[in-house]
Amino acid sequence: MLLSIIIILGIAFILYAILGGADYGAGIVEIFAGKKGEHTITKAIAPVWEANHVWLILAIVILFAGFPLIFSTISTVLHIPLMIVLLGIVLRGSSFTFRHYDVGQNGSRKYYTLFFRISSFITPVFLGVTLGAMILGEIDLSASGTFYEQYLRPWLNIFCFTMGLFCAALFAYIAAVFMIGEVPSVGERKRYIQLARLFLFATTILGILVFVAAEWHGHPLFREFFASTFSVIALGMVLLLVPVLLRLFRQPNILYLRAVAGLQVLLILLGWYAIQFPILVYEKHGNHLTFYNTQAPAATQLQMLIALFVGLLLIVPAFYYLFKVFKGAQEEQ
Amino acid sequence: MDDLLAARLQMAVSLGFHIVFACIGMTMPVLMAFSEWKWLRTQKQEYLDLAKAWSKGVAIFFAVGAVSGTVLSFELGLLFPGFMQHAGPIIGMPFSWEGTAFFVEAIALGVFLYGWNRLNRWVHWASGIVVGISGVLSGIFVVSANAWMNSPAGFDYQNGAYTNIDPVAAMFNDAWFSQALHMTLAAFVATSFAVAGVHAFLLIKNRNNTFHRTAVKIALSFGAVSALLQPISGDISAKDIAQRQPAKLAAAEALYKTSQPADLVIGGIPNDKEERVQHAIHIPRLLSFLAHGDFNAEVTGLDKFPKEERPPVFITHIAFQVMVGLGVLMALAGLLFLVFSAWWKKILSKKWWLTCIAWLTPAGFIAVEAGWTVTEVGRQPWIIYGFMKTSDAVSPMPGLQFSFYIISAVYILLTVILIWLMWRQIATVTNFYPSARTD
Repeated sequence: MLLSIIIILGIAFILYAILGGADYGAGIVEIFAGKKGEHTITKAIAPVWEANHVWLILAIVILFAGFPLIFSTISTVLHIPLMIVLLGIVLRGSSFTFRHYDVGQNGSRKYYTLFFRISSFITPVFLGVTLGAMILGEIDLSASGTFYEQYLRPWLNIFCFTMGLFCAALFAYIAAVFMIGEVPSVGERKRYIQLARLFLFATTILGILVFVAAEWHGHPLFREFFASTFSVIALGMVLLLVPVLLRLFRQPNILYLRAVAGLQVLLILLGWYAIQFPILVYEKHGNHLTFYNTQAPAATQLQMLIALFVGLLLIVPAFYYLFKVFKGAQEEQ
Repeated sequence: MDDLLAARLQMAVSLGFHIVFACIGMTMPVLMAFSEWKWLRTQKQEYLDLAKAWSKGVAIFFAVGAVSGTVLSFELGLLFPGFMQHAGPIIGMPFSWEGTAFFVEAIALGVFLYGWNRLNRWVHWASGIVVGISGVLSGIFVVSANAWMNSPAGFDYQNGAYTNIDPVAAMFNDAWFSQALHMTLAAFVATSFAVAGVHAFLLIKNRNNTFHRTAVKIALSFGAVSALLQPISGDISAKDIAQRQPAKLAAAEALYKTSQPADLVIGGIPNDKEERVQHAIHIPRLLSFLAHGDFNAEVTGLDKFPKEERPPVFITHIAFQVMVGLGVLMALAGLLFLVFSAWWKKILSKKWWLTCIAWLTPAGFIAVEAGWTVTEVGRQPWIIYGFMKTSDAVSPMPGLQFSFYIISAVYILLTVILIWLMWRQIATVTNFYPSARTD
């Protein structure tokens, strides 16, 4: 039962990273895509972005009902980065919708765009910062220290921000690959292929830097990584897919391209899960919070599993239908 | 500002902001689907135009509602981690169902908004129905979680630990039905009257406009029925809290001393120091009847509770008066609407009637905010009634007031932009919809 819940949580997080990630990334890619890009990107994500973000709500609900101590710990210690994530989510969603539906075409549009782009970048960075802080182990649960020690040091450091930038680059990469399939003209397609290459490069560099930064902070991420055979295989496959991708960029096949990029994200996350499992929050003195030592009582788990199961039976076909209806060119609003 | 107050205010601002969008998300799909159904049946242009025009507004409100709802799901932990740590496993079930319902709502809304020309008409209409049903359900689930805070159930409490958790019993606690019913009706009253009010305002200038006239008719029909049902639901709620949360009822009624029989106190200014209400209207024995169905029943006053366990009387009482007063006003307007529709149709296009309806535009939402204040402030000092105090649940992080300032600033900014956007949307309605033009 516990394992089923962990698996669903893992899946929700992967789907959020891919689908929600593509939405965030779209806002970053837009900065480089010119005036025309703004239009195509808006058209591509408008019908789906809200549904994509519900995966986050699902993950949070599983966390606070299923693993309450983890939720209450990170929301206390990582209050500040999480608050920034939330502000980013609000400003991003609002400014995107305002821009899409505002009937006027004058000055206000400039500000919506500005807010949309800034928050599309800031939000994934602080999502990454939050995840980084859960990995790094600077969280001190026995602390009665200063404000800095308790609420800033766990996340205000180079490792966490490298993680943040890695997230942003990864999301932008997903979005660029996604957009290749959303534009019919060869010229526009070329632009997104260029961007996909650029962000693939940035993601790779930042991925390496994540490991370097972890070592620099004294967290033996390298050793943990090599200790997990699964992670090594996963990362190996991610790297092997790079030449495949580069070839696909030359002769784009939309389906393969999306599948390969999606598979990369999946493998990166699975590799990370394998390093972490079953720990969710590393604690400074070794009192790590795991799925096992924070799990809710069996009755809660059972009810949650029923709700999730019924929910997924409804959601998955509905989601499929939504994407099917809007595959290809979108209707003009 | 101390941290507890800051956390409570931030929650109040966030919920007060979100609740408006939640109400719109519960009601508007039903109005849109109704209008589309009329169009499918009659082929009259104004029904199609209305469904489309409303759906544009809903798209904006739904997006802001979705993101502000995400904020809330985190804020429960960010502001009250002590609460979530213990309550999470107990009330996780309604939240899981709410997540599911909201998911379905978001997907169905995507289909509805963007599928006008690509789907079979009835399939499109059905997607609107799905949005409506899942919207109402997600509202009910969230309210059920809140009802649990008022009426904790489904666990044993021993030495500070919550054991023997039964999530089903927690979800179907004693308060869930009365609260869910009251909130759902409130959503319909508030949204319908707001929509009717805006269209009535535009109709005053332009009395022959089919588009606005149809809009007022549809919205007021829904508003009238729900506003007339609301007092019945209110009575169920009052009798329920008289049993379960006498301190809340006493604060709402500003009943300082236990009385038999008890007067109904209308209006007035509660004075905590002298423990009496100044400038109020007293109706003898009515509170006994309303609370217990018996004109001679005893009604528990605040004197039965130690000072530190009494909710703030001033805010609860005033908010309660505002809610009931506006509720009565809208029920009255609803009744008149039904009477006029049946016998004096001409009055419905008279200027004075439209002016009255236009003035009622914000009434429902003010009542919703007031009612929410009664239920939340009236539960203080408890966050889990009788088990956990709000002060024991609040985040230990110092400086919570800065979160509060920032969130408030952002929400005020968004409110201003939204009002402005809606105004622009309304001002250009004649450019897009044939039936909104008048010859």
